[in-house]
Amino acid sequence: MTKTVLSVDDSASVRQMVKLTLSGAGYQVVEAGNGAEGLAKAKSTAVDMIVTDLNMPVMDGISMIREVRKLPNCKGVPIILLTTESDSEKKAEARGAGATGWITKPFQQEQLLAVVKKVIGG
Amino acid sequence: MSVDPADMFRQEAQELLEVLEQNLLDLGLTPDDQDLIGSAFRALHTIKGSGAMFGFDRVAAFTHHVETAFDQVRKGKVAPSPALIQVALAAKDHMRMLIEQPEQANDAAGDAILKDLQQVVDGVEAPAETAPAPSAEIKPEGLVTWRLRFRLAKDSMAMGTNPLLLLDELRELGQATVTALTDEIPSIEEIDPNCCYLAWDVKLTTDRPQSAIEEVFMFVIDDMEFDLQRIDATPVETTAIAAPGTVQPVEEVAHAAPAGLQKRREPPSAKTAAGSIRVPAERLDELMDRVGELVIAQARLRQVAASSHDGQVKSVAEEVERLVLELRDTTMGIRMLPIGSLFGRFRRLVHDLSSELGKSVELVTIGEETELDKTVVERLNDPLVHLIRNSIDHGLELPEVRLQAGKAAQGRVVLTARHAGAQVLISITDDGRGLDRDRIRARAEENGLIVPGTKLTDNELFQVLFQPGFSTAREVTSISGRGVGMDVVKRTIESLRGTIDMTSRPGGGTEVTLRLPLTLAIIDGLLIRVGSGRYVIPLSAVEECVELSPEEDARSRGRSFLNIRDELVPFLRLRELFNATTAVDPYPKVVIVSSGDLRVGLVVDQVIGDHQTVIKSLSRLHADVGTFSGATILGDGTVALILDVANLVEFGQVREEKLKAAS
Repeated sequence: MTKTVLSVDDSASVRQMVKLTLSGAGYQVVEAGNGAEGLAKAKSTAVDMIVTDLNMPVMDGISMIREVRKLPNCKGVPIILLTTESDSEKKAEARGAGATGWITKPFQQEQLLAVVKKVIGG
Repeated sequence: MSVDPADMFRQEAQELLEVLEQNLLDLGLTPDDQDLIGSAFRALHTIKGSGAMFGFDRVAAFTHHVETAFDQVRKGKVAPSPALIQVALAAKDHMRMLIEQPEQANDAAGDAILKDLQQVVDGVEAPAETAPAPSAEIKPEGLVTWRLRFRLAKDSMAMGTNPLLLLDELRELGQATVTALTDEIPSIEEIDPNCCYLAWDVKLTTDRPQSAIEEVFMFVIDDMEFDLQRIDATPVETTAIAAPGTVQPVEEVAHAAPAGLQKRREPPSAKTAAGSIRVPAERLDELMDRVGELVIAQARLRQVAASSHDGQVKSVAEEVERLVLELRDTTMGIRMLPIGSLFGRFRRLVHDLSSELGKSVELVTIGEETELDKTVVERLNDPLVHLIRNSIDHGLELPEVRLQAGKAAQGRVVLTARHAGAQVLISITDDGRGLDRDRIRARAEENGLIVPGTKLTDNELFQVLFQPGFSTAREVTSISGRGVGMDVVKRTIESLRGTIDMTSRPGGGTEVTLRLPLTLAIIDGLLIRVGSGRYVIPLSAVEECVELSPEEDARSRGRSFLNIRDELVPFLRLRELFNATTAVDPYPKVVIVSSGDLRVGLVVDQVIGDHQTVIKSLSRLHADVGTFSGATILGDGTVALILDVANLVEFGQVREEKLKAAS
């Protein structure tokens, strides 16, 4: 069964990279440009995993995670953060909000794929 | 169809830079606008993050500093002064240059901007560092066994962690034995299906570094109980096992052992604290003694019950017997220590020896988790040290010699421990030159240890190495070859009721195998009668019991050989050995016992049955009696002597040789 990954990032290039990487490995990728869009997509789509940025306009990543975790269909859905070194202290906060793990930017495509595989399996 | 992400980044960066410029200019008018600051920071953040990802390393490195400065602004530590905005605008122009015309961008100009920026922020010159230093990788060092206990946070499954995938990842690292610990699973009414109640105990043998194991848990490690121990890595100076005063139960040893490794923060939960306690070793010895006495008392009870007609007494006696056996097993279990705690000490020894002797040596340990009675573990230290020294000093060649012989320059010593029934086999294997049969033989003949011209198997010949005063090393080195040692090794092993064997291939190395009983205090024995006396044979040494028919007895008279399934086995008439004077049983039994590869039949009058044997050592006066290794007290209060099987087998074999030589 094809697994669906929701990619939430305000940077189109990052979303593009996520999409290229994951669709190449057989995952379906749904995109959202900020936390609010991400939340809406998480509500309307059955996603297996969410990859999200932290710093985003409209709704930031942590607020989105908090809201997503309240959704009945998103209990236990892995949420991976894309963080940079500079917001590493946010990791703890994000964990408290319900994040599963993180990838430190900049990352290579293989890293992203490895983490996705690690969290939801091939 | 897909777009080249690099092009996409250029376009996106352009937009972001415009946003940044707008934000900066607006900030000049309304310096307190947090939204503007946040937006500017985000733009920088994205340019840095995406830039690094798409190969715009110069952009990322430069933007990193600008972002750092803006992070200070965002946190209110630095005010967005006109000076700062001025520098930031210059920085923005430089970033655009780096993205669009990188070949024209001047790094010196960039550095100057950063310097200005830094001065504005705090008046201190910018540090030269750009990217964070990569975390140090621990070098792999061959196969290492780890013991890992982990308990995920209760909400980890709700947080999207799949424990099964974690276990799969561990299995991918190497050979893993996974045990689920179910002690915290609540009753079914209380179970919340979203919670993770299990903990896992994993024994992992892998050649991957510690960091690889930790990496599996990278997302959850901060919120979980995580205890990773190298089972074979005990620091040399550790006296946890050797100290006569205290013995630490297994868990504690595992905790104390790898001092050299940084430990994950220990969750200070009451549960883990209560998981193991330290107990002085004497108390364990006392406990074992008491259990021993209890076993003896229970044997009496059994005897009383057997002769009683009271059904209640019988059933109580049976119940007590069962409980005593369980208590015995539990008590012996407490005394068990993994041999890895001992193996760990040899790393340092090997390291020191290899540098002293100029030989490169790799020590490989296998089966560190094999458990042995603590007394056995303690007393094994010296013999093993000696055997390892011998392997490295005599066995392994110098690197040049090894290379000439077509071997790897680095020698290898492998320490292996494994269970075999009620015994533990420990072997020390090296890939050195092997034993020199001719030299050993010459030396043994010279010393009068063997009669010249005797035919000997390898094992028989190598046994002379264990004779007192035997040494083939022409020069005594500081490490071995003083001619004391191997006989002491043999004696120690035998005092532990163990045996020692050697095999060797010329040029291929030597293997020394020690067979040791699991425990010393209480054994399963076979109770036999010879004449009017009763004796115990350790059950682990007994292979089978057969009847000695009168015909066979008559046939074998004077030859003392028995045909056991087409194999001639010498036998000893214990009646003769013990000068029994009672009437001969018309149907004597033969108990076939083995020691190492040798077998001997012991002719006894009666096989009484199995017996829980609490070993009492013999008095000093009798300590040197070779035939017996100890004594035990029977249910009726009489004493039975425990036969020393290794000694009897040797005795039987020697007699066989004599008879062979005589015939």
